[in-house]
Amino acid sequence: MCTTCGCGGHEATIDGATAFRHADPHAVAIGAVHAHAAKHAHGASDERIVAVERDLLAKNDAIAALNRRTLEQRGVFALNLVSSPGSGKTTLLVRTIEAWGARSPVAVIEGDQQTSFDADRIRATGAPAVQVNTGKGCHLDAAMVSRALAQLDLAPRSLLFVENVGNLVCPAAFDLGEAHKVVILSVTEGEDKPLKYPDMFRAADLMVLNKVDLAPYVSFDRARAIEMARRVRPGLEVIELSATTGAGMDAWLAWLDAGLRRASSQLPAAVVATAQAG
Amino acid sequence: MHEMALAQGMLEIVEATARREGAARVTQVRLEIGALSHVATDALRFCFDAVTRGSLAEGAELAIDDVPGEAWCMPCGGNVPLARLGDACPRCGGYQLAVTGGGDMRVKDIAIV
Repeated sequence: MCTTCGCGGHEATIDGATAFRHADPHAVAIGAVHAHAAKHAHGASDERIVAVERDLLAKNDAIAALNRRTLEQRGVFALNLVSSPGSGKTTLLVRTIEAWGARSPVAVIEGDQQTSFDADRIRATGAPAVQVNTGKGCHLDAAMVSRALAQLDLAPRSLLFVENVGNLVCPAAFDLGEAHKVVILSVTEGEDKPLKYPDMFRAADLMVLNKVDLAPYVSFDRARAIEMARRVRPGLEVIELSATTGAGMDAWLAWLDAGLRRASSQLPAAVVATAQAG
Repeated sequence: MHEMALAQGMLEIVEATARREGAARVTQVRLEIGALSHVATDALRFCFDAVTRGSLAEGAELAIDDVPGEAWCMPCGGNVPLARLGDACPRCGGYQLAVTGGGDMRVKDIAIV
C-alpha cells in the first residue's frame, strides 16, 4: 500500500499498468490544521499535546471534492455503483448504455481487484471505459478516480458510471466525487442485507432492486427488503428492474435523464454549444 | 479491510502535525471514533501498529475515545441515542432518524516530545 496516500500503492493499476506516480491528487495539502499546542498536564515534562481535529478521510475527501468540481464544471452526471459481487452491475451498465443510445456520451470507470473483463464488456458497447485494478485493495478511492478521469477526457454533458469493487462494506466510506451512490441489490441475495450492511445503504441515494424476473423462483420478500433499506436510509428511492428482460428499465433511464438534466443545467451556454458542435 | 487505508490517512495527519511542531517523536495518538462511523476499532488498532512502524509514531500509544451514536427523530422532534444503524428510535419505535452524532472518525490530538 502506498505510504503517501494509502491508496493501494503499487498493487493498484489502471488498465493493467502501474499508474501510481503520485502526481496532482497527492499534492492536496493536508496542512491547514488548526493546531493549538498546549502544555500537557501530566506525563513527561517535555511532552505536550497538540490538537489536531482532522477526519481520517480528510485527504480522500479533499481529492473527491476536486473530482466533484471537475465533473460539475463539465455538466457530467456521475454515479458510484456499489453492491456485492454478482448483483448484476456490469450487465445493468451494458444494457443501460445500449438503451441510452445517443442521448448523451457515456463513459465508465471499472473497479476490480484483477482483470479487465468488465471494461472489455463495456468497450464492446462502444463506450469508453477505464479499468482500475486495485490489487489487494477492497474499494476505489478518490485518487484512483482522479487518475482515471485524466485518462477519460469526458465530453461535457456525459453520463459517468463508476462501478466500484464488489463489496458491500468498504466502498461506503470513500467519497469519489460522485453525485450519488447507487446501491444495487438483487433478489438472489438476502432481503436482510440492508440491515446486515447498513453503512452502504445509508450512504446510497437510490437502491436498484435487480433481477426481479427471478423473483418467482426465490424466497426474496421485496417489500421487506425495501422496508429494511428505508430503516437505515429514510426516504431512499427504489427502482425495481431486470437488466436481463428490460422490465423496469424505463424508470431507471428516466431517473438518469433527470439527473443529467440537473447536472448540465448549470453549464455555461458556450460549453453546451461546443459539445453539440463536437 | 479499509481500516488499513484509514490508518494510513491517520498516520499522514499525525506525521504532518508532528513535523510542523518539530517533534522528535509521537508518544500518543488520540482518535475519536463514532459508533456509527465506518470503522471497526479492533481492526484499526491492528493496522495502527503496522502503519506506524518506522515512523515518528512508532511505539505511540493509541487512545480511542468512543463517541456514542445519536440521531434526530422526526416524530419525536428531538435527539435520541442510537446504538446501531437500522435500530429503531428508543422512544417511539420509528425509523425516521437522521444521524446527528457518532458518525465521524477523527484524529483529536497527539502527544509529542
